[in-house]
Amino acid sequence: MLERSIAPEIKDAVEFDLKLKPHQHFILKNGVEVFAIDAGAQDLIQLEWVFFAGNSVELQHGVAAATNSLLKNGTKTKTAFQINEHFDYYGAYCNRSCYNETATISLHTLNKHLSKLLPVLSEMITECVFPEEELEILKQNSKQKLSVNLQKSDFVANRLIDAEIYGMQHPYGSYTVAADYDKLTVDLLRAHYQKHYASGKCVMFVAGKLPDDIQLLLDQHFGHLPLSNHRPFYESIPMTFEPYTVSKKQFVTNDPNGVQGAIRMARPFPNRQHPDYTKVMVLNTLFGGYFGSRLMTNIREDKGYTYGIHSYVQNHIGNSCWMISTEAGRDVCEAAVAEVYKEMNILKSDLVDEDELMLVRNYLMGIILGDLDGPFQIIGRWKSIVLNNLTDQYFYDSINTIKHISAEELRALSNVYLNPSDFCELIVV
Amino acid sequence: MIHFERFILNNGLRVLVHEDKSTPMAVVNVLYDVGARDENPNQTGFAHLFEHLMFGGSINIPDYDEPLQMAGGENNAFTTNDLTNYYCQLPAENIETAFWLESDRMLSLAFSEKSLDVQRKVVCEEFKEHYINKPYGDVWKNLRELAYTAHPYQWMTIGKELSHVENAQLQDVKNFFAKHYSPINAILVVAGNVNLETVKQLAQKWFEPIASGIKYERNLPVEPKQSAPRRKEMKADVPLNAFYKCWHIYSRLDKGYYTCDLITEILGGGGSSRLFQSLVKEKKLFSNIDCYHLGSTDAGLLSIEGKLVTGVDIKEAEAAVMEEVYNLQRHGITDAELEKVKNKTESMMAFEDMSLMSRASSIAIYELLGDADLINTELARYQAITTEDIKQEACIVFDENNSNTLYYLSIN
Repeated sequence: MLERSIAPEIKDAVEFDLKLKPHQHFILKNGVEVFAIDAGAQDLIQLEWVFFAGNSVELQHGVAAATNSLLKNGTKTKTAFQINEHFDYYGAYCNRSCYNETATISLHTLNKHLSKLLPVLSEMITECVFPEEELEILKQNSKQKLSVNLQKSDFVANRLIDAEIYGMQHPYGSYTVAADYDKLTVDLLRAHYQKHYASGKCVMFVAGKLPDDIQLLLDQHFGHLPLSNHRPFYESIPMTFEPYTVSKKQFVTNDPNGVQGAIRMARPFPNRQHPDYTKVMVLNTLFGGYFGSRLMTNIREDKGYTYGIHSYVQNHIGNSCWMISTEAGRDVCEAAVAEVYKEMNILKSDLVDEDELMLVRNYLMGIILGDLDGPFQIIGRWKSIVLNNLTDQYFYDSINTIKHISAEELRALSNVYLNPSDFCELIVV
Repeated sequence: MIHFERFILNNGLRVLVHEDKSTPMAVVNVLYDVGARDENPNQTGFAHLFEHLMFGGSINIPDYDEPLQMAGGENNAFTTNDLTNYYCQLPAENIETAFWLESDRMLSLAFSEKSLDVQRKVVCEEFKEHYINKPYGDVWKNLRELAYTAHPYQWMTIGKELSHVENAQLQDVKNFFAKHYSPINAILVVAGNVNLETVKQLAQKWFEPIASGIKYERNLPVEPKQSAPRRKEMKADVPLNAFYKCWHIYSRLDKGYYTCDLITEILGGGGSSRLFQSLVKEKKLFSNIDCYHLGSTDAGLLSIEGKLVTGVDIKEAEAAVMEEVYNLQRHGITDAELEKVKNKTESMMAFEDMSLMSRASSIAIYELLGDADLINTELARYQAITTEDIKQEACIVFDENNSNTLYYLSIN
């Protein structure tokens, strides 16, 4: 008779010997660094050009994002339509993203089309023209999109909590308002582009089943470009942030008929360079970082106040913050906040028992094992390591922390970082 | 080429095994042949609520998530109008944990009042988060009700209204389980660093003892052919006027389905698509515009929708959309345009198949459709489509008598 109440034997995930596949590294003729992972069975490739062109270096609100967005909207030889048509014809995806420090261009394609696509990428990096009309369309449509987003309590809450934590003067805390779009001009965009793309600092990350001549190919298309800023990436990032102080409670009514409140609770937190960082990653998982977390178990699975509640440390290169985020029924928002504090206080006073700690360790190890599956995932890890000025030692330290951190250490960390009075609290209905 | 083996247990459970030795992981995917279309019209949202209850403990195992996480695994599930799919990924060494967990909840749930009570609230919050507390959140509720008069696609998976979820009773839950959650109505896919023999043994050990259950025979109301245009106008507290228009298309394996899929790419697939280029970039009538279809198993809908530039008259916007549609009907497309959308389809499929989890669920869904090998052969169905097919189908589908139009207007 099958004994269904007894779990099958498992290999504890902490026993897995996790390895981060080393990357290839080469430098193009013009000094551009390339990090590469050659893996995977399918004939697919992902390339990413990372520029130090995010909103922390813009001269006016919205310039970095608009510049990044319009990289596909016209070069000296091609219109926006022609560029789009070219990528679409080969079934390739060319995306742009703008972050705080960096702004990127990415390309996903079947290998067989790569050589047809790279010349257009090269043009986008040095020969964008930023037509007036394209900017006008972008301004109008961005304002319209913003007006819709401003009706969403979660969107509003995310903006307000960042502004509260970092301050509106800080690149992580500032946000764009409709008037900012009106002030954008093609001259501002062109200047930003010239300085931070065309003659800026670029680092490349490529992954997939790489062609044998990948270095030659990249050199041919990008090795001659005037990407002349060779300061180490990390040094280019302004790291002199003002220390911030928070302790404020806010209630914002965005929609009088809203049926839910977006709750955000946050406190300042250091970045990955800090010795507590990897340890807090484990504590965060236990607290609100996975489906079985204390917050989910209590506030969703026991009380049913929300569809989901999560805690996380924001993914910033500079300083960061530790955030709790949920959307809860309007009439249970206060109760949900009280439960979050209750869970903090339990972590401060009680030692986590061995079973639960083992669960968190195994869960995290399994997640990392799954996350390292495939070339795009592996290069993603490397990208984070490189941009945060770390080495793969950070990866192995994290593993080591997951395997060995003690209940006492977690309680001590809770007493440092999970004091309710240190948290800024915001509810947007 | 994605290889898989297929066998059927004595209780009728179909098992498909896809070996991929390049990954350290395994995926166990269990698909149940039940979706929102199988619900009682007075108890909508039930298939999805039930999906939540599947995590509330089974007959011999009080907690589903914890043992899986202990084995280094993670899981999730989704419910559509057609099916309900559960998947977990874990280190391949620990695959038996997934067999143990999945088979126990196929055997029977714990049916706890507490779990039902909590998940009713959780789903109500999910309902509010996505469909009430969001601008334009109720658009598809209205479009479905407009377009479907008989077929149960007239409601969304989340349910017609909150009260249906709030009123769900434990006996309903038990009945639903008995009717749909049994080996004969399920498909098991195991993928990753596994081998066929081991999977066979594990499947026989954990799943074969479960009673087969009764095959659910689907007998849904057929949607009558639409014979006149339907229009609706709504006013809501939103900042922008929005335009929605949808047309009935074909069931999932019909040749017309593939043609319509390519038509949506031609009209609305990204920066070089016709609607975007003409209406957003050149005429500047819309700030965004999309064209897509629902991808449903039974005959679905093809939709064109967009938000209008402030100040633009919605009738003028509609006329401009229809001008593009007429253009397609009259002049068809070029060979290069056809080549483009076929290339896009090929590339999209290749990128989807990169993920082990996605391969596992695709195999399960294709098996449900009747042929798991479609994961390898479906691209050929797209390749076979001609420019003439596109033109012809555009004439059939974009018939005003087949259309459902919604003006969603700002009260301001």
